[in-house]
Formats: sequence, C-alpha cells, structure tokens
Amino acid sequence: MSFRYEIRLSGAGGQGLILIGKIIAEAAAIYEDKNATQSQSYGPEARGGASRSEVIISDSDIDYPKATNIDLLLAMTQEAADKYSNEIKPGGTIVMDSGFVHEAPEGDFKSHGFPITNIAEEQIGKKIVANLVALGIITELSGIISDDAVINAIRARVPKGTEEMNINAFRAGQNLIRSS
Amino acid sequence: MNPRTSMMQGNIAVAEGAIAAGCRFFAGYPITPSTEIAEHLARSLPLLGGRFMQMEDEIAAMGAVIGASLGGMKSMTATSGPGFSLKQENIGYASITETPVVIVNVMRGGPSTGIPTLPSQGDVMQARWGTHGDHPIIVLTPAGVREAFDMTVQAFNFSERFRVPVILLLDEIIGHVHEKVTLPDPEDLVVIDRKKPTVPPEEYLPFEIDETMVPAMANFGEGYRYHVTGLVHDQTGFPTMDEVKIEMMLNRLHGKLDKYADEIIQVEETGTEDAEIGIICYGSSARSARQAMRELRDEGIPVGMLRIKTMWPFPTDRIRAFADRVSHLVVPELNLGQIAHEVEHASCDRAEVVRVNRITGDPIHPEEIVQKIKECR
Repeated sequence: MSFRYEIRLSGAGGQGLILIGKIIAEAAAIYEDKNATQSQSYGPEARGGASRSEVIISDSDIDYPKATNIDLLLAMTQEAADKYSNEIKPGGTIVMDSGFVHEAPEGDFKSHGFPITNIAEEQIGKKIVANLVALGIITELSGIISDDAVINAIRARVPKGTEEMNINAFRAGQNLIRSS
Repeated sequence: MNPRTSMMQGNIAVAEGAIAAGCRFFAGYPITPSTEIAEHLARSLPLLGGRFMQMEDEIAAMGAVIGASLGGMKSMTATSGPGFSLKQENIGYASITETPVVIVNVMRGGPSTGIPTLPSQGDVMQARWGTHGDHPIIVLTPAGVREAFDMTVQAFNFSERFRVPVILLLDEIIGHVHEKVTLPDPEDLVVIDRKKPTVPPEEYLPFEIDETMVPAMANFGEGYRYHVTGLVHDQTGFPTMDEVKIEMMLNRLHGKLDKYADEIIQVEETGTEDAEIGIICYGSSARSARQAMRELRDEGIPVGMLRIKTMWPFPTDRIRAFADRVSHLVVPELNLGQIAHEVEHASCDRAEVVRVNRITGDPIHPEEIVQKIKECR
C-alpha cells in the first residue's frame, strides 16, 4: 500500500489557509521528492465565509485530490472544528486555534489546542501570520516534511520583504510543540 | 530539480499551454473559476508582444477573439457557465466562418449564476449544442494539470488545422487543483499553424472546396480581400441561396471533422482488456473513478475504465466496442446524467448503463463508485 497523508486546513476566508496549503504542497513536491496536490474550497464571498484548503501528500500518483480520510485537521474556527472533526481518521490529529474554538470536539484523535492567533500577535506582533504559526505546529506534528523544505517553500511563496517575519512565525509554531 | 517542474494550477497550465501553442491574443471578462487564466495572460502576453483585452462582457470578448484570429493572431477566451451562455451566438459565427479560436470553459455549478465557486460538469451538452443550427465543433476535456497544458496546445492545433472553434472544458477541480508537473521543452512541442493560400490574391477562393476539406486561410492585412459572413456562403465567401452551393458548403463544414475523426477522437483505456465491469468517465470524475478502480482491482474485481478525452465528436465506436465486452458501464458525472445518455446510445443495450450523479458542488467520492460497482455484481 502506498503512502498517502491527508491534511485539511479549515477556517474562514482571509486566514491564509490556501497560502499555507500551497507551501506544504510545494515543500513536499518541489523541495522534497514526493508527490502532492493542493485544492481549495470556498464560498462566493470576497472575505469571511467558510474556507478550506486540502493537501494530499503521497509517494505515488495521486488520483483523487480531495481528503477522504484526514490525517491532520487544522480548525481555525469553531464551525470548522464542528463540521470536519468526524472526517479525521482514527488516531489522527486535530490542531485548533483555542482563541476561536472554545468547545473542542471529541473523538478518536489526538487533540492540540493553542491560542494560535494570539501567539502570532504577541510573539510576532501581527495577527496575520497566525497561518504561519499553524504551519509550524503542523510541520512538527506531522513529521512528513523537513524544516528546510518548508522554509524554502515559505521564502518562495510569501511577499518579498516579509520572509523573516513569516519564518519567525513558523518557528514560534514549531516551538509550541517542541516545548510541550 | 528540472527547472520546468513546479506545483501548478490547472488554469495556469491552460494559460501556459496557450502561450506555448503561439496564442498572442486573449480577450475575456473575468469569472470564477476561470479568472486565473485571464490574470496569467494579462501579465504574460504583453511581455511576448501579444495583447490582452478585458472586454465589457463575454459577448464582446468572443467577438474580439474571432476578429483577432481573422487578423492572423492565435486567439483564446476563457469563461465559466454564465459567460459561456453569452458566447454561444458568436461561437456559431466562428463555426460557419471557419475561424480558428479556442474557448475555455471552467465549469461551475449551474444553471444561471448557480454555485460560482464549486465544481460541476453541467455544460457538456451546451458545449456541443449551445449555439443554434447543425454546426461542427471539437470539445476536449482534461483530467489533470499536465493534460490541461497538453490539451490547450492540441486545441490550438486542431483549431488551426481544421479551421474550427475548439472548446476546452475543465471543471473547477481541474482548473484550481495544484499538482506537480514538468512541462515539456518548447522545442519538443508540435505546433500547427493554419494553411496559407499559395495562389495570388485575385485567384484566392477563401472557402474553396478541395480534397483536404479545409480551405487555405489568408489573414487580413496580407493583401487578400475577402468577405466574411454568418450567412451561408459559397466558395467566394458571398451569401448564396443556391441549394446546390448551400449543400456543398454545409457538407464540407461537417465532413471536414468526419474525415479526420480518427485523429480528433481520443480516449484513454485502462484495464479494459480483462474488465467485467466498465467505467466511462471524464474530467475530475475520472480522478474519482481511477481511485475507485484501483481499490476494486486490489480486491480482485476486474474493472476497466475508458476516459473520454475528446468529448465531441463523441467516441461512440470506442464506447460501443467496450460495451460489447462488459456487463455494465458505470458513468460518474457531476451532472444529472448528460453523458450517460450518450453512453446508452453508444452501448445500444450491449451493456447496462448505470449512473452515478452529483450536483451539490461536491466531487464524486471514489467510495460512491466502488459501492455502485459492487451492486452491479
């Protein structure tokens, strides 16, 4: 059986979930020698509304590019946590922004809650890099892509001049797991 | 790492394919989920000496690409359902004037404004019969990012070679998914340009009937003056009411695609040799089907699939031959069974046609196909 790892990044439009989906996929497929797809689903609103981004990582061809049996779910809103936690596979992982998810869903999965957006504001000084903090947590918990690959992908994807701030946010996310 | 390898979105692959095929004119009006094609070409074409025009609406955009093509530019427009509806009248004009153009439709949920951001395959019949009257058309439908690139090149080649509008039908999933692709070296691509007249201007018949069935096309501005009209015309391009000339013209218009049908009609067969149950699929539904087939084969159930790459002209003969060898043909589609109906016609009761449909904006889950096939046994 070939290796397939499914990540769903869910929350609201404007939280940068599509961007970190692209970074994870590029880290795996371009900066490492795996296969990956990234797809997205959002509503007609320009901002706000439910948004989700999915990344499939595999060592072989990826036919169906959507998540069916989630290894890792990131929930940045209560709505996302409620809606998608039942699609996590047994023994999978949920990462929640505890600043928004006040009632953690229960199930056969490992649960990690951090005030992700608050940490971005307090440690980096900007709420908008909460997605990169989440990326650090995901990288550390999943263990399927290397730090170097992710950092290379961050540098290639974020706006010029913001690389260090984004990488610091990513490190802050990693440290949450390393120190816990 | 190969510098031509990247994570690329289907829509961007279409834009890159157009550039590689020699497209230097794009006119359009932005609409989800096709907008990335326009965005990419708005940035890229001016750097290549080409032109990008955002028009006031989709009708004007379709007119602009026809005009640009008559002027000698390989031209493309891109849209989604509501815009595709608006383009239909001018698609008929391109068809009767035999103007090479490529129209991309990234399908979203319909009818009308529908479900703008979610996938659908609801326009497969409109792509064939959206404009009025019997008319020739070629419709290609990719199932992945690399194929979106290749088929865009092919769409231009077919349109130039056969002087016919070619529609590239993607669905939102194929348009928006990012996949790892390695694009071919431009030197390895086959790029076909329209046949030019070899006679002096005074002897040029713009719609001449010869054994190739495809008349030579002079570009406006090269010294050849001729008449272009949506009225049925004779070999000179002027309107005619002569029934012999009408018949000759329309027979050639349709006959040119019949003559080259073997080249135009393409399918991909996987596991069809030993299959007991078949799947007929296309676009993103083929991705669901391939995963379902893989799971079923792992369980020892011999399933094969025929993926439609050329939607129109329809691969009736290939599907009929497959129907002869299997008990059932399962047809997953993100619509209420538009192609299943064509498959029934092709199958002629040789195999039972079973539908798997979804119109809620969700893709078809591979497990739905797996279950349906197990019920067939």
